[in-house]
Order: sequence, then C-alpha cells, then structure tokens
Amino acid sequence: MSGIFALFNFRGATEYLPDLLRGAWISVELTLSVMALSLVFGLVVALARMTRVRPVRVVATVYVEVIRGTPALLQLFYIYFVLPAFGIRLPPFEAGMIGLTINYAAYLSEVYRAGIQAVAKGQLEAAQALGMSRTLTMRLVILPQAIRIVVPPLGNYFISLFKDTALASIITVKELLFTGQIIAATNFQYFTIFTIIGIIYLALSYPGSLAVQYLERRMKIGYRPRGAGPGHDSTRGTPQGAVS
Amino acid sequence: MIRLERVNKSFGHLHVLRDVSLEVQKGEVVCIIGPSGAGKSTLLRCINHLEGIDNGTIYIDDTPVYRFTHEGKMVVDPDHRVESLRSQVGMVFQSFNLFPHLTALENIMIAPLHVRREPREEVRERALALLVKVGLSDKVHAYPHELSGGQQQRVAIARALAMQPKAMLFDEVTSALDPELIGEVLRVMRRLASEGMTMVIVTHEMGFARDVADRVIFMADGVVVEEGSPQEMFSAPRNDRTKQFLQSILERNAELGDSPIVPSGPLAT
Repeated sequence: MSGIFALFNFRGATEYLPDLLRGAWISVELTLSVMALSLVFGLVVALARMTRVRPVRVVATVYVEVIRGTPALLQLFYIYFVLPAFGIRLPPFEAGMIGLTINYAAYLSEVYRAGIQAVAKGQLEAAQALGMSRTLTMRLVILPQAIRIVVPPLGNYFISLFKDTALASIITVKELLFTGQIIAATNFQYFTIFTIIGIIYLALSYPGSLAVQYLERRMKIGYRPRGAGPGHDSTRGTPQGAVS
Repeated sequence: MIRLERVNKSFGHLHVLRDVSLEVQKGEVVCIIGPSGAGKSTLLRCINHLEGIDNGTIYIDDTPVYRFTHEGKMVVDPDHRVESLRSQVGMVFQSFNLFPHLTALENIMIAPLHVRREPREEVRERALALLVKVGLSDKVHAYPHELSGGQQQRVAIARALAMQPKAMLFDEVTSALDPELIGEVLRVMRRLASEGMTMVIVTHEMGFARDVADRVIFMADGVVVEEGSPQEMFSAPRNDRTKQFLQSILERNAELGDSPIVPSGPLAT
C-alpha cells in the first residue's frame, strides 16, 4: 500500500489540478452541447424515419445505419481530417461537437422511435377517432407519452456521452483526458494524473446519474402507464391494457 | 344518416365483412349482436375509417366517404376529409383509451380545442357540463389512473360527445368492465338514446339491447343474418343462427343465475 502512495505525487497533483479542471470544464461543455443538439436532432431523425414520405424515410434510415455501423472515432477523424480536403475546416471543439452529435443523434433517434412505438395503438385510434390529424396526434397524444417512456434510456445515454467526450481527445480537443495526456507527457506521472482524471470523471458522472434517477421518479408522479390505481379493473384502459 | 352499401373487408385471407349493407336513420338506436368474430367491431371501425374497406361505399349524411366507387373507379379521400368526417362521428372503445397524461377535463377538451379550434372558455364550459351529465362532476381534475373502469368509460363517452357528433359508435364498451361497474355506463348510454342521439352499439348486454334499441341486427361470419325490432329478434327470431345464438346466451345467463346487471330481468319471455 505504501508503495502506491509513494507513487502518488500529492504535491504535483495540486500543481496541475487547475489545468485538469479546465479540461474537465471543456468535457462538460462538450457533453451539454452535444446532448442538447442530439435531443433535438435525434427526434427529427426519429420522426423522419416514420414519415410517409419515402425519400425522407430512406435518407434517415441510411444515416442511422451508417452511423451505427462505423466507429465513432472514425467519424471524428472524418470530420477533422477529411473535411478540410473539401474546404471545410473546423476548430477541434466544433469538430468534436458536430461529430459526437452526428453519432449520438443516430442512437437517440432509435430511443425516441422505440418510445413512440411503445405508446399503445389504442391511443392512436382514440386520437384519430376524435378527428385529429397525424401531426396533432403525434404532438398532443403520442409524444407526451413517449417522452415519459424514454427519459430513463436518454439519461443513460447522457451519462455515457460524458465519458465518450474523451474520444474527442484524439482530434486535439483540450478536454479532460487530452489535458492529462499533455501533462503526463512532460512529467511522466501517469499514475497520479490518470488517477485524478478517473476521480474527476466519477465525481461528475455520479451526481449526473443521481439526477437522472430523480428525473425518472418525477416523471412517474401523477402518471403511471400500466397497472396503476385501485381495484383490479384499473389495469385496463391504461395504455398497455388494450383488450380486443 | 349512416348508410353502408355492399361493404367488403378482408384481413388477408379472412373475409371479415361480406357485402354488408346497412342503414341507420337519424335518431335511431341500432344494436349489433352476434358471436365473436362475426365482424361487428370491424363494421364499426370501418364506419369511422379506423379500418379501410376493400370495396363498397359508406355514406355519412348522403356524402360518400373515404373509399367509394365513382363511375366504376375506386376513389380515395384525402386525409383532411377523413379527419373532418371522424370528428362528426363519436366513437367509444372497449378499452376506454383515455389519454393517460391528461386529466378528465383535459381529455374532454383536447379535441374541440385543437381539432375545431374553438375558444377555450366555451370548450371548458361544455366539458364541465358533460362531466356533470355523465355524473363525474367531482372528478374534473382526476387522471385516468385515478378513476375506476366505469368512470374512465364515462369520461370517454363525454370526450366523444364534446365534439358534438351527429352519431355515436359504441364498440363493446362494457366488456372490459367489472360487473358492478357496467350499470353506470349503460345508464349514461340510455340517457343519450332518450335524448335522440343516433347510436350504433355493438354489445353483449342483451337486456340493454332489448330495452334501448329501435332495431337489433344479428351478425355472424361477416354477414347481417337477421334484423328487426327488439321484440321480433328476442321473442321470435326467424333465422336458425339467431335462435342458436340467443339460446346459448340464455343458457349462460341461467347458469349465472340471471345476473342482476341485465336491467329488465330474464332475457326471452
């Protein structure tokens, strides 16, 4: 044990902690911006995959399949190293943000799609029977219910995105991991630096996952999708209770 | 009011409706009875275009809608015409299908507000009046999961009525309910019928059908086998299938000790 503590350089740690925290802040910024963009873009893609306009559906489907079928690292390389050949030169942070957004939006669109499809068919029919158009049905009936269904999986993606921002180190975004690599390359204190980095990631992502759990509980208040309420007849009529 | 001409509908190889023709007058209450798989629910769903039909024509107020033959060619209506038609015909489902994220009041208000774009205050007043009518004035802000099945179904009826429909379709609306909750829903429907609403009701409640219907239709295997006044149908059915069906219901009721929820006592007298 004492050997391990001997390896850990406390004095050095305080020296480069400010740099690492600056890096961590970049990671957080990257996470928040990518998440915000992917939440919107992912929903657009999910709706595009379900539209009746075939070309739109095909484009959206190809996009999702291509992104899911190739490594995220490759996608980042492509944006940072290949696009300049076509005259599109992006600073590292922007390249990372766009690359990760393109990647995450594809996955989130699948989450949305699953959530939308999990809303019971009876809900759609009830909305149609009231004369609602497809757009109204989606906006007023399906999406509000789908959102509640997808909050837990979206939360998980949010946490995993925070860790995936480390991928952006490969295209020189000065986020937490890359900052650590730079420092370690000069003083060789790998153990100290990478341990601190691990602790910082954990210290940030754990509260994040607590927040997700809290949000999950909040979503259930006043609304329980299946088998809720008093009496045994109440399992019917709720979304999953279609009896026909 | 509602007229079906030689309507056919298949699900794959299953021919669910075979040349069904049917007419419902304004203010008339028609009950459709028959064994399961007879095509009763499909018939209702076709009237509201929740299912498309293969051929034939359905008229609402003498206007052909959705799919119809015009000079030998099948014509398909655009979405907005189907939507405007649906908003004129109310439908109540077996499984209620209330919107679980909205309160009773919001469930009732949503369609007039967004489909018809009526002023909020007007819609709200009408919705509150409807909740009084279905006996749920104390449940205005309750969510569906806080209501019993019978209460949910009454909200669903109010929701359909909020669009001020010309006719109402009821698809086995008491089949998913506990026996003690059926009466409250039937009472609401009885009252609607007495107010002159045009109603097409698919039901297994024979006592109710006998009391409330102007006409009873017996369906089996996708065809209308027999129709007539409730007296004719329940006391003197002509067709063997009808007799057989009513006999089996009679036997079931006898076995159950003639369940008290059938309002008018023994079935056939």
